[in-house]
Order: sequence, then C-alpha cells, then structure tokens
Amino acid sequence: MITPRIGVFVCNCGTNIGGTVDVPQVVEYAKNLPYVAHAESNLYTCSEEGISSIKHGIKEYDLNRVVVASCTPRTHQPLFRNACADAGLNPYLFEFVNIREHCSWIHRQNPGEATEKAKELVKMGVAKARWLDAQEEFKSEVYPTAMIIGGGVAGMSAALNLANQGFEVHLVEKEPELGGRLLKLNRIFPINQDPSELVGNIVKSVEGHSKIRLHMPAVVKSASGYIGNFDISVDEGGKEVSFKVGVIIVATGAQVLKPELYRYGELANVLTQLDLEQRLKDGELEEFKNVVMINCVGARIPERPYCSRVCCMTAIKNAALMKEINPQAKVYVLYRDLMTYGVEFEEYYREVKEAGVRFIRYTPSNLPQVMGAERVESVRIYDELMDMELELPCDLLVLATPLIANDDNEELSKMLKVPIGDGGFFLEAHIKLRPVEFPMDGIYVSGSCRWPADIRESIAQGYAAASEAVIPLRQGLVKVEAITATVDPKICKGCGTCVLVCPFDAIELKESEIRGLEGKIVSEVNTALCKGCGLCAAACPNGAIQQRGFTDTQLISMVNALSGKR
Amino acid sequence: MAKKSVLVIGGGIAGIQSSLDLANMGFQVYLVEKTPSIGGRMSQLDKTFPTNDCSMCILAPKMIEASRHPNIRLLTYSEVEEVAGDSGKFKVKIRKKARFVDEEKCTGCGTCMQKCPYKTDSEFEAGLAKRKAAYIPFPQAVPNVATIDPDICIYIKSEGKKCGACMKFCDAGAIDFSQQDRIIEVEVGSIILATGFDLFDPSVLEEYGYGKIKNVITAMQYERMISASGPTGGQLQRPSDGKTPKKLAFIQCVGSRDTHYKLYCSSVCCMHATKEAILANEHYPDLEAFIFYTDMRAVGKRFQEYIARAEQQYKVTYIRSRPSKVTEDQDTGNPILWYEETTSRTRTSMEVDMVVLCQAMIPSGSIKDISCMMHLSLNDYQFVHIPDRLFHPVDTEIPGLFACGFCQAPQDIPDSVVQASAAAARAAEFVSKDE
Repeated sequence: MITPRIGVFVCNCGTNIGGTVDVPQVVEYAKNLPYVAHAESNLYTCSEEGISSIKHGIKEYDLNRVVVASCTPRTHQPLFRNACADAGLNPYLFEFVNIREHCSWIHRQNPGEATEKAKELVKMGVAKARWLDAQEEFKSEVYPTAMIIGGGVAGMSAALNLANQGFEVHLVEKEPELGGRLLKLNRIFPINQDPSELVGNIVKSVEGHSKIRLHMPAVVKSASGYIGNFDISVDEGGKEVSFKVGVIIVATGAQVLKPELYRYGELANVLTQLDLEQRLKDGELEEFKNVVMINCVGARIPERPYCSRVCCMTAIKNAALMKEINPQAKVYVLYRDLMTYGVEFEEYYREVKEAGVRFIRYTPSNLPQVMGAERVESVRIYDELMDMELELPCDLLVLATPLIANDDNEELSKMLKVPIGDGGFFLEAHIKLRPVEFPMDGIYVSGSCRWPADIRESIAQGYAAASEAVIPLRQGLVKVEAITATVDPKICKGCGTCVLVCPFDAIELKESEIRGLEGKIVSEVNTALCKGCGLCAAACPNGAIQQRGFTDTQLISMVNALSGKR
Repeated sequence: MAKKSVLVIGGGIAGIQSSLDLANMGFQVYLVEKTPSIGGRMSQLDKTFPTNDCSMCILAPKMIEASRHPNIRLLTYSEVEEVAGDSGKFKVKIRKKARFVDEEKCTGCGTCMQKCPYKTDSEFEAGLAKRKAAYIPFPQAVPNVATIDPDICIYIKSEGKKCGACMKFCDAGAIDFSQQDRIIEVEVGSIILATGFDLFDPSVLEEYGYGKIKNVITAMQYERMISASGPTGGQLQRPSDGKTPKKLAFIQCVGSRDTHYKLYCSSVCCMHATKEAILANEHYPDLEAFIFYTDMRAVGKRFQEYIARAEQQYKVTYIRSRPSKVTEDQDTGNPILWYEETTSRTRTSMEVDMVVLCQAMIPSGSIKDISCMMHLSLNDYQFVHIPDRLFHPVDTEIPGLFACGFCQAPQDIPDSVVQASAAAARAAEFVSKDE
C-alpha cells in the first residue's frame, strides 16, 4: 500500500464555525496527526477559493487522501468529492468531518469544549481516511421511457413535455377518463371559466400524441428496479400489462375532505364547495337568497394543522358566482385569514368585495353556529370588528374543506420506496431546493399529491418534474452510488437475514458460481439497487457483509483513534 | 451539429436552477447576471423558512455547480443589450462590463479590497456596512474575483493621476485599468427571464419614519444584521446606540396590499417576518417580538406549524393591525407604534426597541429595459405578462421566451425553483421541436 498522505482542510464557515471553534488550534492539532502531510484553514472551504486550495493542495503536497472538516455531507459532499476528482484523486479518497452541526452550532455556549470535540472528530476522520479505498462508480444505461402516474393536469403537462422532447411516455390513470379533479369543477379561478374546454384541449393533445401510451383505467401493481431501469406492471381493466421505464413521475393528486362539522350530511342545505360545483354543473341548484360560506372547515385545527392553500380562492370564486346568478342574494364568507397571496388573487378578492360579497373574520375560539332543525335557517357569528353577535339568515351553507392526501398514497409509497410526510402527502427530497424530486433517484413528484396546489402551480410542477426527469433520459447513462454492500461468499452462511432486512430488495440468495464454492447458497447484492444504507452489514450474524466506505477496519480505526489506541 | 443554446437572464436561485437543468440536459447555457456575482437575493438571507436551513449553505453548492459546469458559460457583471432575430433564433448582444480586473489572473485574495481607500455603501449588506471601490461583494461570491467600481474609484476618475493602490499591491498582476466593456454576441434558441425582485423603498410611507427614526430598519437590513456573516456578526444592534433590542416589532404589508402603493400581496413577508422573529429569540432567549399583520398568509408546506412554533416556543405575538404611525421617543430613541388592535378594537401604542418594516417586493428594474428591448408586455405592476397564466404558467407572449420566479409574480423560493425548472422544461421542448 502506498503511504497515505492526508490533507486536512478546516473551514471557518465565516463565523458559523470560526466564531465558536478555535480553528487555528484545530489546524495545528491536525498537522501532528499520523500521515497528515498538510493542514490548513479556509474562510469558506466551499467557496471557489476554498475549492481551488483543495485542488492546489493535492498537487503541491502530493496528497492521496483529503479530509474536510466543515459542515454536512448532505449538501456539500458532492462538491468536495468533485474537487478531488478534478485534481486527479479518486473522489472516494475523501472523508467528511462535520464540525459545524456537531460542534459549533450545538455547543455554542462552550467554545472550549467545542474546539476539543472538533479536534477529536478530525482525529477520527484522519484515522478513517488512512484506510479509505478508491471506488469505481457504477454506470447504468437509462431506458429512454417515462411512466407518469396520474392523468390530471400535472401528469398530463409532464407527459406532453416529455413526449414533445421525443421520449416515450406511459401515462397511467386510475379513472376511465383524463383530467383529474378539474373535471369535477364548475368554474376555475381567477378567470371564472368552465374548465371542460380548457382541459379538453390538453386531453386531446395527450390522446392524440404518438409518443404517449395511455393506460386507463389502470393502477400500478408493482414497480421494481432503479433509475434508468424500472420494471413496471399495471392492472389495466383487469388485464396485466408490463413494461420498462427509465424514470417515474408521481402526480396522483389529492381528494377533498368530507367534513363531520356544521351538520354536514345531516341537513340538506349544507354543502361542501365541491358539492356546490357539482350542483351548478348539473344545473341542480335550488333557488337561494342568503348564502353563507365557512372557510377552514376541518383545516388549521390540531388534528389537521395545515392550510390547504386553494380553498379561500375556491370560496371567493363561488361567492362571486352566487352573486352573479342572483344579484339580490346576500353572500357572506366567514374566514380566518384570507389566503389571496400574489397579484391576481388579491385583485380578484378586491373585485369580489366590491361586488358586494361580505367577508367576516372568525377565530377558532368563536366558531360560527348553525341554527335550524330540518334545514339551516341561519348562522350565528361573532363579528369582532363590530363587537357584535350576528345572526345571518341562510338558505344555503357552503363549507370550504381542505384537500387531503389520497388513500392509496401509502401503498404507492411502499411500492416505489418513496417517503410520505405531513398529512400523508408525499415528501420531496428538499423542501426548499428540490421540490419535485424524491430522495430516490429517478422518481419525481408533482401537483397536489405533494401538497395542495392550484391549477397553475400543478402545471408548473408537472413541467418541473419533467425537467428533472428528462435529464437522465437525455444523458442516457447515470452514475449510481458506489458506497454499497459487498458479501464475502466464503464467510456467508446463506442464512438470509440480510434479505429480510434490506428495504430495497437489493439482496438475493443464490447458488454461488465462484470456483471452490459452487453450489453453496450465498447472498448476493445487486449494486444497482443497493442504496448503501448499511442495514445488512449491521444485521449479518457472521460478519460476511462489508459496506464500502464504512468497513470494519475503517470504523474500528475511528473508535481506536477516539479511545487513544493506535 | 453544434449544441443548442439557451440564454438565462438573472443569476439568482431561479436563473441558477434553470441553467443547471438545461446544462444537465446537454444544452449550452449562457447565464447573464448584471452584478459581479451570481447568487441573487437568496445569498443575502440568513436562514430560510420553515426549516431554518442556512440560506447560503444550501445555495452555495448550486452556485459552485453552475460555475464549474462545462455546459454553462457564466457572464457576470454583464447585461443584455440587444435581442434581435426571430423566435428560435434569437441573436443576442451582451455587454460584459469592464471589471478592471483580469478574471483569469485574479485569485480572489482580497488584498485590493484591503488597500483600496475609497468606500461606498455595500449593496450586499443593504447599506449597513461599507464596501470599497475594489470589492468582492461577499465571501462566497462566484466568480470569486474582484471588481472595481468606476463610479467611486479615484484612479479612474482622475484618469490615472491619483491612487492606484490596488495595482501596486496586487501580487497576481490582475488589475487592468485599460480594460474596456466587451460586446459578446450569441445565438440562442430560447431565452429564460429570471430577473427577480427589488425592494420597495419604505421611506415614502412617511408615517413609519424610515430614514428619520434610526431604529426603524427594513427586513433586508435585518436579515444582514442577524446573519452570522453580516456586518454585526449576527448580533442584533440598534442603529442608534448599538444596544441589543429586547422588544422587536415587525410591520407587515409596508407598501403591499395598499391602495396608495402596491395593491398586490408580496406573498412571502408573513413567513419571513415569522422566521426573523424566531431567529431573534434564538439569538436572545429573553427577546420578545410582535408581528403586526393583516392576514397571516401561511399557505405552504409546514407553514402553519411554523407559526404555531413561533407563538409557543419563541415568544412571538401576532397582532392583527396595521399601525397608523411610528414616532420616536427622543430620550431613548425607542420607536413607538400607534395602532388599533382590530380584534379588540382598542386604540393603543407600544414602545419597542426596534421596528422592522416588511416592505413590498417589486420586480427588478432591469425587466423594464428588457421588455422595451424585446417588445414584451408587463402588467400594471411591471411583472412580466403571462397570457395564459393557468395552463401555460411560464410562457410569455413571445414564443421561445419564458419567465420564472419573482419577475412574473411574487413567490417564495420553492415556487421559484419549480417555475425555474418548468421554464427549463419548456425551453428544452421549444428548442427540440425540430429534432
């Protein structure tokens, strides 16, 4: 083995680290650790200046291992690995030590001890770096086809975008027609138009596209594989259809809550906004004179704390429509906060107010009360601006209820191995900067299955998911994580514990074909499926599984470094 | 065949996201940014709601990725000067302004900044600190090279007769006063606008005393002050006497939702004020904050929970009111807010140590020049007009020209990132039509 020559770069992160941890002291300490050939500090190791000093250091000091002590590998590991690669060093000869989250931030009150801890973490990182091995990244071909689950506006927009870029698309819709939740709406805000024609145009383009294969009504039954290479099976009207795709976009939408509040379901003239839209669409709405709408019904309450984003505008739209149908009608909207964010919604809200719709604010401590025996006759509400209890006559009560997650999200999440978060909606990879990606490579998310979204937001997200999904399709090859598990077939007893614990179905028991072990049942890791979680390595009762980048030698050397053993 | 190209105008988070997507798809991207560094407004923020992720920490890797991507040509300190040609074949002239620094030679060491004797208000620090005539706007700037501001550089103004300190001390020999603006001509198949926002000047609302009462500051100034990398190292210091405030007030809708100024809702201020109030209490556990709001618009993922946490854990009180004026206690310098609490109809006042004005956000001034140049319509508020906002949310009226982020409507970071990727998808679709 070539003698390790380790370079240590300690980041100040402005004052994020340097304000608490004594960085010069850590650098001096690092210089005296075994095999360290060079140590320095940087104001920001992630800045262009810091990156070039890593590259420069590798050349100048002939480094063959690099340790950066800074922040979190979640955001910065790719950057530092690439810096190593640019300087000709295998990127897996890089080790990350986190002295920001683990030292300066958490121990801000104890700078002295934070510095000691930083030194020890650096010592452990250096001890591990000595035993790092170069790894080759696995490259896999991408099957140039996409599957989109959900034929609402988000899914259809994504499908058209990918198809127009020349890629085959399988669009899977569980209902017998395309269009999703929009088909149920009477009018759409803020343009107050009937959506059927507008959606119809998109549906026509989708149905007529030679690159789009529709599966309808159909549900996904199984999905296995990895980015670039998924095997899919769908149940299409009782028939099983199988195909292969390279990427998957989830755009399954959401459903509207049916409330158990304000005597919904008990009194005939209590509707949800969606019921109202249905009656208007079917021309079945009875005459009305006094309409009361209540917002946040079943939303922004302890068991469902979120705001569903689209209901305020839905209520305003329908309130305006009620006024349009019967200009003599009195229309009240009872709200908590009016979420008319942005330009058009705020304008629309103002116009509707000017048209005579009355808005009254209520708080959870003073909920509106529904009065009446057979039908709603009035609604009592405390108006805080006037400091008065009002009794609003009411022959039609309309409740704005939130969008809630679809019932089958959980099943889909297990099948695709993608996470679910708050309220049962799908959870994206990063709430700020990766809004339409899942943490799993090759699977993307858009529309209301991720979080309540209106039409334009859903369509934008559909396009955005297509933008991310088309990248591997266009590249044709994808790099797959090199930090995976390996089995030593000589030690493996074929007990199958690893197969049971693997959450990615990446391990199989097989007859060995290795000379000398022919016919022995051993486990085998599919490196393309393996995500490097390490469960199998921990669970193996025989110590036959090692995790690349986290081998026993590497981890024990860290523990020894900490305990003072050499 | 040569690679198909796309021009992205604006190097904030939206422009960076569009550029990265398109570059990763294999297109050649020209990313034009008028200031010396990419990063945009997000680089000025301390933390981001609702996760309190450090803004620069999540942005910097994207900035670096954009700068080292083989398919992206970064043109910073540059402005689009002319767009000609038809859709799909835009001929663009870009003025690369003279930096008076050789980008290839400059190592970003900062010596010129130390030696330069002339100062002006730092744009990045929202005027809370000074920068030199020779400057790198912030430590993580990309590219990390110096720029010399010709408006205040004495060497340039005296035509070489005075100063020249930067030149004397630059070991890399990177200072080049003979540098001239250059015109770069490119032909692209599609253009994405991502010019972002400016901040509404709150001094026109005289009743709030901005510019007159020292301890009334803007939200962007507050972001720089609470930021660990800012001029006070993350310490809250009142401008009048440097004391740490114990009681803070945030006034929402300053210039927004106001019939005298901007009718629209700026969409992000409820949340950034909540974040800023939480951060204040994290820095100083005794500090109390009061947010004077109109409607609390918390419509995104985990936003309602964030508000609840602010109230329960971080001593943040929400008061539904729009203060009518702010006066100053002459002895203490404390601002006093006069307001009616609408939920209890009491007219009252509150003395605090510092007031933060959450001012409206307005489309960046550069969109006006671009719209004139391209005959592109803007709406009443100078946002880019999107003809079919519902079904084609990033398409402008010019085929092949797309708009994303704040230049077309007020929105937060994730929505801007979504639109930026959407614009990239539409641009890719547009330029691959004839493939």
